[in-house]
Amino acid sequence: MFKRATNHQEPAVQITVDGLPVTARRGDTVSAAILTAGCVEPYRYTAVNGTPRAPYCMMGVCFDCLVTIDGIGNRQGCLIPVSDGMVITRQNGKREIES
Amino acid sequence: MSFPESLHAAYDVIVIGAGPAGLAAAATTAEAGLRTLLVDENSAPGGQIYRAITTSPLKNSSILGKDYEAGNDLVHTFEKSGADRLAGCTVWSLDRERVVGLSCGGEARLIKAERVIIATGAMERPFPIPGWTLPGVMTIGAGQTLLKSSGLIPSGRLALAGQGPLLWLYAAQILRAGGHIAAIFDTTPLANYISAAPHLPGFVFSPYWIKGLGLIREVKRVVKIVTGVTRLEAQGKNKLQTLVWEAGSRTGSIDLDVLMLHQGVVPHVNLAMAAGIKHEWDDIQLCFRPVLDESGNSSIKGIMIAGDGAGIGGAESAAERGRLAAIDTVANLRPDALAQIPSRDNVRNRLAQTMRGRAFLDHLYRPSKVFRIPQDASTIVCRCEEITAGEIRASIAIGATGPNQLKAYRRTGMGPCQGRLCGLTVTELMADERGKSPEEIGYYRLRSPVKPISLAELASIPQDETAIKAVVRG
Repeated sequence: MFKRATNHQEPAVQITVDGLPVTARRGDTVSAAILTAGCVEPYRYTAVNGTPRAPYCMMGVCFDCLVTIDGIGNRQGCLIPVSDGMVITRQNGKREIES
Repeated sequence: MSFPESLHAAYDVIVIGAGPAGLAAAATTAEAGLRTLLVDENSAPGGQIYRAITTSPLKNSSILGKDYEAGNDLVHTFEKSGADRLAGCTVWSLDRERVVGLSCGGEARLIKAERVIIATGAMERPFPIPGWTLPGVMTIGAGQTLLKSSGLIPSGRLALAGQGPLLWLYAAQILRAGGHIAAIFDTTPLANYISAAPHLPGFVFSPYWIKGLGLIREVKRVVKIVTGVTRLEAQGKNKLQTLVWEAGSRTGSIDLDVLMLHQGVVPHVNLAMAAGIKHEWDDIQLCFRPVLDESGNSSIKGIMIAGDGAGIGGAESAAERGRLAAIDTVANLRPDALAQIPSRDNVRNRLAQTMRGRAFLDHLYRPSKVFRIPQDASTIVCRCEEITAGEIRASIAIGATGPNQLKAYRRTGMGPCQGRLCGLTVTELMADERGKSPEEIGYYRLRSPVKPISLAELASIPQDETAIKAVVRG
């Protein structure tokens, strides 16, 4: 959905999203990295009706950017900067308790 | 990032939010020698308007503009002031005793202050149109955040819709950054040009006049503008594909990949309301704002509000209101230090200058009813619980009287965003449907935690003897 406007000089940061390798840049939030990667759409499915969503406000108020980061669910991806080796999992619909 | 060792158990002043108001307030109280802590949810200072001012990959001002650079001075002055700063730190509670609940790197703390200055700023007004939950639809503020912090521009076909200074500023920034805008759909009601006219003289003498006209001209040269837009509908199966629009009797549609919406900003009230601060309806700015004295003192002793959270005034006035709140704080806690900081009269004069022209903007960009109160029954109002305008009207028809009772009918406002994205829409829709004023209908009753916090974080709060005795048997 987004591309880099400038010849970006910030250092690369390697993360994975649903197991796929994604190269982000220092200064990106998790949401910015996913919106730029292009390989993971939709961003998430809602827990209520399972409808596709993507970040709406990018400033921490809408909660449409929720993702699982390093095993912790429902994190606001738009507020959390990427760091090397970060493991991000999309949240698809209702969560289930693993037995 | 977790809490640093140097964090004190209590502070003279805690300032919440590192935008212009918060940076200016914290710098001023710290310069006066008060032990000051500035907490902010983002990893870098600046708030929204000066977002990523110290970290943006767009290093020169040719894209973002000179006004953005003003954030550098605020950050620089703050950094010299000696105030402590907690970045990437969420405030999830504030009570009448001025105890602030903080969460940082998976741990939580409760820290008390003699004064708390809330500078949590504004958020974009909800823009509920059919299809606004589709991936590909986002706010103009969201687009600008991505531009400032990561140098990102939309790929594919982009349109902007709505009204207000931010729309034109972002459009110009995108063009300067090499982006393309397929069309702009201007929703400014034509009648607003008449109601704003009496306030034009104040605006003409403000710096916004030249800047604003310049931006609009810069954009209009290259982008197709549709004015007087009266209906917008985003369509698509799993993501945005088409925008259908009406402007009076004219209609049309356009294929899009990204649609950005904006109809002004409103105070972000969640923390202040949860603390119990009295708010009132502002019928010009069409939002709830806190009841404050001239310095920013709220209805709760020792808690102040500065910046756009106190009522929309823009970035420059936010910084001055931050300083006013700080001066009042110093006058109360350390009056002998007043000579070291700017005088109240100087700050008041500068504030008056920054507020020139505001009345014109308020009237010109007062959003129309059709974009505040969804007319289509299928339009989602509560994005979290996916509740439509039709479902809310049906609940009103069988007896729901106000936003808090409506929660029991539909769970509106009870999802993760805690009513931020539906609160104003629900109040205005219920007021309209029931023939009452928004003041009479009221707002959601907000409570802490105002941001989600895990049990592990709560459990990490250091316990004193009393707390342990309260739960340990025998």
